[in-house]
Amino acid sequence: MITAERKPIEEIMEYIRPYDRILLVGCNECVTVCAAGGRKEVGLLSSALQMAFMQEGKVLDVKEHTLERQCDPEYVEELAGMVDQVDAVLSMACGCGVQEVAKRFKEKPVFPAVNTSFMGASERQGVWAERCQGCGDCLLGLTGGICPIARCSKRLLNGPCGGSTNGRCEINPDVECAWQLIWDRLKALGMESRYEDIAPAKDWRTSRDGGPRRIIREDLA
Amino acid sequence: MERFEPVIVAFCCHYCAYTAADMAGSMRRSYPPNVHIIRVPCSGKVDAIHIMKAFQKGADGVYVAGCLEGDCHFKNGNLKAARMVEYVKRLLDEIGIGGERLEMITMSAGMGEQFAVTASEITEKIRGLGPNPVKEAAQEKRKTASG
Repeated sequence: MITAERKPIEEIMEYIRPYDRILLVGCNECVTVCAAGGRKEVGLLSSALQMAFMQEGKVLDVKEHTLERQCDPEYVEELAGMVDQVDAVLSMACGCGVQEVAKRFKEKPVFPAVNTSFMGASERQGVWAERCQGCGDCLLGLTGGICPIARCSKRLLNGPCGGSTNGRCEINPDVECAWQLIWDRLKALGMESRYEDIAPAKDWRTSRDGGPRRIIREDLA
Repeated sequence: MERFEPVIVAFCCHYCAYTAADMAGSMRRSYPPNVHIIRVPCSGKVDAIHIMKAFQKGADGVYVAGCLEGDCHFKNGNLKAARMVEYVKRLLDEIGIGGERLEMITMSAGMGEQFAVTASEITEKIRGLGPNPVKEAAQEKRKTASG
């Protein structure tokens, strides 16, 4: 999922201070799962903002709505009748959702209420960790299902480096060495010989280095 | 000056604090009428939004009362409630209400006396902190609006 964290209340307040009526929009997808911008967080932020502004002597009118998915124009269209009644929109979706809302409602200012962080997985309840960087050329089949791009601090293709100690990364003892994990996994699978294969320099054009990316499925488009 | 009488909302678990409050009553042990009890099936059932709404609607203080550690009827609802309370305390600090207006307490169903003592202590603490600033601002706003 795409993970996110709520911005500090003060930063959000700075965005919406000039406005009296706002539409606070959540998303039922990734940000709901990582507890950053679903229906529940929309309710909490709405209440927090109303109380914070009341202390400044301002009654903030907040309309709350959570879309099934904010990164799809079909769902964003649902907001049409509501956006007319407010001065600004505050989105709790990831950056994709914020941009879709901003694209659809060009006449209204749209602000983000969360910082979109990374593509990750739940390690346990309440803990999410980065797992994928969307490099566009997946290597997991060669590395025992552990991504050296997302999980090695140096993104080494032929690791580990000298900073790997007792299975931990030199940047932080809480970070596991991805190449230690890869080696352990290959060994468990009886695929140690794969470790000896030298990976050539990666073609980063499939990643962000080739500029903003698009996928076109002609049978669907 | 008139003595400030805080409004305090207490979310009390049916299996412990609520029963303790009942026991305080049976013992004829009085506790401050400022405490408004809301019975919940487990302290773990209390959500952050319930606490926020209580403050938004004018509570000066809120506490969540669950079972003693290890005694939760639903295994660990009280521990989850304690973590949720810590989270809301930080949010209250962030918006200027102050996390010290919110507390998590634990007790058993037999602690009627303790319930009354805790209710009095929390009432005095909130009295010391003064009114919820949001409530004050809203009253000020109404006064200005009515001229």
